[in-house]
Amino acid sequence: MQKLMSDIQKLVSIIAMRRDPTNAYLLVILAGLIGIFSLILSGKFFSIANLQSMAFQVPELGILSMAMMIALLSGGLNLAIIATANMAGIVAAAILTHFIPEGASGAVLMLIMAVSVLAALAMALLIGLLNGWIIASLGVSPILATLGTMTLIQGLNVSLTKGYVISGFPAPILFIGNGVLFGIPVPVLIFAACALLVSLLLRRTAFGVSVYMMGSSEKATRFSGIHIRKMLFKIYALSGFLCGIAALVMISRFNSAKAGYASSYLLVTILAAVLGGVDPFGGFGKMMGLVLALLVLQVISSGLNLLGLSGHLPIALWGGILIFVLFLNILRARLGVGRV
Amino acid sequence: MRGKTGIFFKSTEFYLLLVITGLVAILTVATEDFFTLENLFDVLVSYSFLGIMAVGLLVVLISGGIDISFTATATVAQYVMAIFIIRHGGGWWLAFLIPIAIGITLGALNAVLVYNLRVHSIIITIATLNVFYGVLIFVTKGKWIYSFPDWFANGLRLFEFSTVDGIVYSVSLPIIVLLGVLGMTGFLLNRSSVGRQVYAMGGNLDAARRMGFHIFRLHLFVYCYMGMLAGMAAVVQAQLVQTVAPNAIVGRELEVVAAVVLGGASLAGGAGTLLGTVLGVTLIAVMQNGLTLMGVSSYWHKVVIGLVILVSVSITAYNRKLEERRHAEIDV
Repeated sequence: MQKLMSDIQKLVSIIAMRRDPTNAYLLVILAGLIGIFSLILSGKFFSIANLQSMAFQVPELGILSMAMMIALLSGGLNLAIIATANMAGIVAAAILTHFIPEGASGAVLMLIMAVSVLAALAMALLIGLLNGWIIASLGVSPILATLGTMTLIQGLNVSLTKGYVISGFPAPILFIGNGVLFGIPVPVLIFAACALLVSLLLRRTAFGVSVYMMGSSEKATRFSGIHIRKMLFKIYALSGFLCGIAALVMISRFNSAKAGYASSYLLVTILAAVLGGVDPFGGFGKMMGLVLALLVLQVISSGLNLLGLSGHLPIALWGGILIFVLFLNILRARLGVGRV
Repeated sequence: MRGKTGIFFKSTEFYLLLVITGLVAILTVATEDFFTLENLFDVLVSYSFLGIMAVGLLVVLISGGIDISFTATATVAQYVMAIFIIRHGGGWWLAFLIPIAIGITLGALNAVLVYNLRVHSIIITIATLNVFYGVLIFVTKGKWIYSFPDWFANGLRLFEFSTVDGIVYSVSLPIIVLLGVLGMTGFLLNRSSVGRQVYAMGGNLDAARRMGFHIFRLHLFVYCYMGMLAGMAAVVQAQLVQTVAPNAIVGRELEVVAAVVLGGASLAGGAGTLLGTVLGVTLIAVMQNGLTLMGVSSYWHKVVIGLVILVSVSITAYNRKLEERRHAEIDV
């Protein structure tokens, strides 16, 4: 008992000493949640089935949250991410269901699948560039620009599909969302690759440093000789491109595309990013925090699901946890520990 | 020459009025049904619910904040009200009192969190949206509610009158509430001390604080007012569609934001007028109604609205950019 107390004290002092305690908070919350759920559910939580289902669910929201995070870090916002992902998904689905000839040979099939993947990514990139253009060249604030493109593209998605589901893809495409490679689900591999690349981009390249700088002060960034317009184009293009990747994972997992998929995720991506320590005004936030935040959210929803409390209780808890973490930050500032 | 009228001709409201007038003229010529009393009444009744929420959001935007959670507030208010009057009966005063009380309570919670956690209100209200809505659906299992008492189903009517065709019109509940809300908000924003303080706080929070304004009380006022109007809009909507469905309002928050922004309110706070918001909602209402009457499939409505938002915010932003450039040249 004594040892436990001293351990807790040590932990508290470590948290208090750190400059950015978000990751430590999230680790403690994550450990607590896993502990509680594994106690209540006695082994069911750590069953292969549950771990696998969790692993298949994180990547979609995860990649979309990255798309949101990049815009947030630069001091902006991208409300069009879900619409972009659905548009990209619909483009790929249309190619996959309309352009494959009857009895196509393996090579033709592969070619068409490659075209559909590239088309989805290109479409997402294009929408990202459109956002970048409206924000950079016309000077519209990101929230209004992407509110507009969100409405426009969502409208196009519904009009083009008439609200129907486009389904029935060739088997190899389904591998992206459902396959397992070396015992690890393919979506997780894609998610990890994205997280690693974006993290490297943000921390090790001039582009990344500029993104953080812009989020802290756009004016100072401009005066230090960085081409703001080019940066905005790149930021929203990258944000869009990530939506394209998320779209491929999504349509492959559902074996279909539809205008309304993932529509409830828009605000959740902001929630996940802020929970992960991203400053909603830009300038601060790391990929590790986002990944931890996503794990916390997923553990909550899977755990409650196993308890038979599915549906909307997880969503309520997600909001509650975010408010709790914000409260901890304020408490820390009030007590005068660390950076104020 | 740059008197009050000169400023008006350069304002968002003026441009909106021009666009709406143009639209109305085109629709009157292009369709037979648009400029009829019946159609205009229908439009007014079916968009009053959106208008009431937009007015509430305007007040929050002027104060420099934003509220995303009002759709969840409205849904919670609707649910509790519906369950209560179906089980225990009651009258109109109760049908309004319950949602208003709920709206004010949830609004106060938002205000306390926004003020104390010192995080932008968009983050706080996204979190509370999820909390309110999640708890509601968990408790109610997302059931729909029908079978209201007769008095509620029949609604309220004032000044009934009939045209030569024998169709009876009346100033019904949605219109009464909308007009009441507009009058009350117009008075508060333009004629009352608290309204001017809200503008001041949105314009410059630090200056307002140093002037000695009670910032927490202003936060309370703004978010509770939004909650109250969300509650009132909830009654209007429930009465109009005669059902309470958990997914009827939640998910439409950005639609309302778009209408208010179209009306010239700034997301940075301190700017925005009631007239602008009314015109913003009117533009969306007239446009959607016109598209319907012209036989355009409802799938395309959103595309058109998206285009209108993009064009409108782009013109505003581009004008401002040119203006800044002009000023920069004079300075040098």
